[in-house]
Amino acid sequence: MAKFEEGLLYSESHEYIRVEGEYGYIGISDYAQHALGNVVYVDMPDVDDDVTAGEEFGAVESVKAASDLFSPVSGTVVEVNEALEDTPELLNEDAFANWIIKVQLSDKAELDNLMDAKAYQAFCEKE
Amino acid sequence: MEKKTCLYDRHVALGALMSPFGGFIMPIQYTNITDEHNAVRQHCGVFDVSHMGEVRITGPDAERYVQHIFTNDVSQAPVGQIYYGMMLYPNGGTVDDLLVYKMGENDFFLVINAANIDKDVAWMKEHTEGFDINLDHQSDYYGQLAVQGPEAESVVEEVLGLACKELKFYTAKVVGDIIVSRTGYTGEDGFEIYGSHEYIQQAWDKLIESGRCKPCGLGCRDTLRFEVGLPLYGDELSADISPVMAGLSMFCKLDKPEFIGKEALAEQKANGVAQKLVGIELADKAIPRHGYPVLNEAGEAIGEVTTGYHCLSVDKSVCMALVKTEYAKLDTPLQVQIRKKVFPGTVVKKKFYDKHYKK
Repeated sequence: MAKFEEGLLYSESHEYIRVEGEYGYIGISDYAQHALGNVVYVDMPDVDDDVTAGEEFGAVESVKAASDLFSPVSGTVVEVNEALEDTPELLNEDAFANWIIKVQLSDKAELDNLMDAKAYQAFCEKE
Repeated sequence: MEKKTCLYDRHVALGALMSPFGGFIMPIQYTNITDEHNAVRQHCGVFDVSHMGEVRITGPDAERYVQHIFTNDVSQAPVGQIYYGMMLYPNGGTVDDLLVYKMGENDFFLVINAANIDKDVAWMKEHTEGFDINLDHQSDYYGQLAVQGPEAESVVEEVLGLACKELKFYTAKVVGDIIVSRTGYTGEDGFEIYGSHEYIQQAWDKLIESGRCKPCGLGCRDTLRFEVGLPLYGDELSADISPVMAGLSMFCKLDKPEFIGKEALAEQKANGVAQKLVGIELADKAIPRHGYPVLNEAGEAIGEVTTGYHCLSVDKSVCMALVKTEYAKLDTPLQVQIRKKVFPGTVVKKKFYDKHYKK
């Protein structure tokens, strides 16, 4: 059973963002992790790359297929989770503890377009 | 609308992830691809491969007909022998790759890919003129199981009660209404069993209930066959990819008097081909997938990935790719474009993991 952590915001493409001040930690939801199966590779952007809300910034690969990652917000990458380079399976172990990129937000108003945990859970149940 | 195999309800009951493949709705995985892959490499797995097609060719000209449409040479075959080879278009492109079982004198059992059943049967029927044969399309009658892995022999003997210890690699025998062969598509020892839907259902239930055999989906069937360099029609062979390009000339006997596509293959062998299938090993863990561009060191596109994985039996990202022949030599440095990035790699042998057949 997938977990839906409170306090995060979620996108329809199954990324979450944990906002702390002007920064946001972006990862994939537990629901997405379940759907993907064993994660074997995470394709991450570089620090200082710009990301745009709704646009692809990397990919998560299971044995079988690659799934693009879409940024829930616009901004600049300030950190990538380097642990995922060698141990991508951390996403299966705890998708919420293991964020993928940390972004400096350029437009906080974009957060209004995202779902809270309750709305996201309802969205997943319909899928 | 996809067809269902005779084991469809059992797959659903086991909670398999079901997905369309070759015109059928097939199990991709039951638990996860990695566990199922390892079960076959280390112990034993069972696959529902009832989607595969079967055609029986009999009649006074059956051997001459098979020799005409098939690249390998069945003329000296003892009864029970099995041959791998292709059916070709006159230009050398591949109609399908298949197994031919010699069941008796002028009696052959052909096993073809699910996705190509309609095309293959039409192709076979188009080429029967001048041959006194009976072509019986039996795909709807037969179900098929593949029991694969180092423990397959004891599982088939003890759980299914089929004596198979004496069966040699690439031979078959008939037991009542069923056909058992020492064949497979995983690089491990194993057996393929063809029978009525009722028999296949009972055999599946026994194998699963025994606990000695893990149900395995098509996901790991692909990772297993890929690692040992076995081609999949649609990836490594196609109407545009001849067996010479794919490195499968050894299954095309140019010393036979004739077969469809022979002249084209002889020409390709003599003058070379523009593209060849190679293996590429990447330095990084990024995963090359079907259709990704292959580049030379200058960044020019020189080919395309046919299949790629992060190998499960060896911790490496590897792929098979069709590249311009001048880049096909071992140790040639190449690059693969994966999404926006380009990753360096090297041409290696197409076999990323050694087969463990029992011959």
